[in-house]
Amino acid sequence: MNTKTLSYILKRIGLALLTIWIVITITFFVMHAVPGGPFLGEKAISEAAKAALEAKYGMDKPLFQQYITYLKDIVTKFDFGPSIKQRGRNVIDIIVSGMKTSAKLGLAAAGIALVCGTVLGSVAALRRNKFIDRVIMVITTAFVSMPSFIMGTFLLLMFTVQIMLFPANGASKGGLVLPIITLSLSPMANITRLTRSSMLDVLGQDYIRTAKAKGVSSTKIIFFHALKNALIPVVTYCGPMIAYIVTGSLVVEQIFAVPGIGRAFVSSITDRDYTLIMGTTIVLAILIVVMNLVSDILYKVIDPRITLE
Amino acid sequence: MANKYFNMQLDVDAFLPASAEDKAYMVQMRPSTTFFRDGVKRFVKNKIALISLIIIALIVVSCIVIPFFWPYSYDEMLGVKLGRPVDSSYNNLAPFEYGETEQERIAAGEKVFPHLFGTDSQGRDYFIRIVYGARISLAVGFFASIIVLIIGMTVGAISGYCGGKVDLVIMRIVDIIYSLPDMLLIILLASALKQTKLDQIIQGTVLEKIGANIISLFVVFGVLYWVSMSRLIRGQILSLREQEYVLAAQAAGARGKWIIMKHLMPNCISVVIISTALQIPNAIFTESYLSFLGLGVNAPMPSLGSLASDALNGISSYPYRLIIPAVVISLIVLSLNLLGDGLRDAFDPKLNG
Repeated sequence: MNTKTLSYILKRIGLALLTIWIVITITFFVMHAVPGGPFLGEKAISEAAKAALEAKYGMDKPLFQQYITYLKDIVTKFDFGPSIKQRGRNVIDIIVSGMKTSAKLGLAAAGIALVCGTVLGSVAALRRNKFIDRVIMVITTAFVSMPSFIMGTFLLLMFTVQIMLFPANGASKGGLVLPIITLSLSPMANITRLTRSSMLDVLGQDYIRTAKAKGVSSTKIIFFHALKNALIPVVTYCGPMIAYIVTGSLVVEQIFAVPGIGRAFVSSITDRDYTLIMGTTIVLAILIVVMNLVSDILYKVIDPRITLE
Repeated sequence: MANKYFNMQLDVDAFLPASAEDKAYMVQMRPSTTFFRDGVKRFVKNKIALISLIIIALIVVSCIVIPFFWPYSYDEMLGVKLGRPVDSSYNNLAPFEYGETEQERIAAGEKVFPHLFGTDSQGRDYFIRIVYGARISLAVGFFASIIVLIIGMTVGAISGYCGGKVDLVIMRIVDIIYSLPDMLLIILLASALKQTKLDQIIQGTVLEKIGANIISLFVVFGVLYWVSMSRLIRGQILSLREQEYVLAAQAAGARGKWIIMKHLMPNCISVVIISTALQIPNAIFTESYLSFLGLGVNAPMPSLGSLASDALNGISSYPYRLIIPAVVISLIVLSLNLLGDGLRDAFDPKLNG
């Protein structure tokens, strides 16, 4: 790794930190700009009780001071404060407990998407313009333009209502199968298309012809010469894929009643649980920004041909 | 056999001036083609894109025309008549079924307009709700893209043409906005703006019907989504600025405004149109997603996303209520995507690497 690469990496990390700080700031001020405040619920509360509550959550201090405290708590302790609606629970606890399920869901979906996507993409490229290639391309085109909530509801309809193969409730055993499939389909379709086009590009290169000419077996060519290079562009898609899975999981967890972080986020919006909204937004945003960073850096590091800005 | 041997004698006929007939035979004149006509020719050859265009046109036309003559409206609860108890026989009708009073009218020999897709749980004609939903989705997609186009194009053109420090600052801001997780911020802003007094501000204006949520969606689009457009425009302007024909124009004494209007803009326009076309399905996607989460259009007004989300409750009894809006969204998004791809292939051959 030369100094140029290193300075690029440092620059990207700096940008990522800046982005995270901006997200936290936007989240904080947007949530505080909302009129009404968190304690204006269904029941009217007395002035004294309201003042006491505000003092308890530190909301009687000036806004800027609250912001500094909030920022400091996040940076030093990763503490997002207590949840306003769920009594006695900290936001970070709710996030961590939701994260366990969501991480399982997201990682499985990402894994399936990567494996199936590269296999299907390679098959399509190797059988270019044959029947199987056409079939794969038509199906992936359809998957790419189908919103995740549509895919999810269709799967729900097919497998829980019509065939009763899987439980509709994501919390029960085997309940994660359908949400995982739902989340993996669209990234899988994208990876398939990406792999196909980069594989076609690689297969037309001179070194493939050279390998063929010197009598390397075709399996070896496909796996060692072609696929290794064809997969490089797929790395760049990993960041957006994580972003898609994170946002997709918001609705998918809602549809299948999966007790994950996405569901906590959506219900915190309807409950107007401001601290929870802020906490989840920030955690998910950090996740997305970090994944983007990692996939960008990885891309530049594994392919030395790519020139750095 | 005269030509069998090498002959120094010239054939005088070969040197005669060509007659008009000869000229017509030699010169194959074709009508000169413009860039636009050339693109259209290529576009028409692309069957998939053409079919997508036809589907989009059909959907758009029916969204505009059908509400004018359809006997039911999107918020009319058919069972609720003034001065009479609510007639629940109108709720949850299957396609082509009729409510009780309608059946009486049919028995009396009257003609009653059928409910093509039945009615929903509140006795509203489902077909017209789908039409309105598609109308909202398309309108949101279109206007959001226009907003993105205007902001992105202005910023991109300024950044690209000015260069230097201006460019540096703008591009840093673009970089940061670009790396913000857009969907999360959209949800955040939409849920926050929903609580504001926006509803009262827009009361009484045309905007009231659209609702605060959709306006906040536009705001968010305006704030976040212009960056990729401005990057694209800036890149175009930067590369076009260095082209020889710009230098030639400068040498010929053209001024900055003339160069931008006559040379740079026309060459950008295809890229702009294509990315706008691809932006529309993106916006529709986002709108349906937000509506599905309950952050979309205001209540009686339907959108395809909210229709799908409402249908989730009765999924086992009325699956078609979910399938219809789902198919319509997918159809719109898919055809718009394919149309955008087709436009790109036809009008910007350079882009297809």
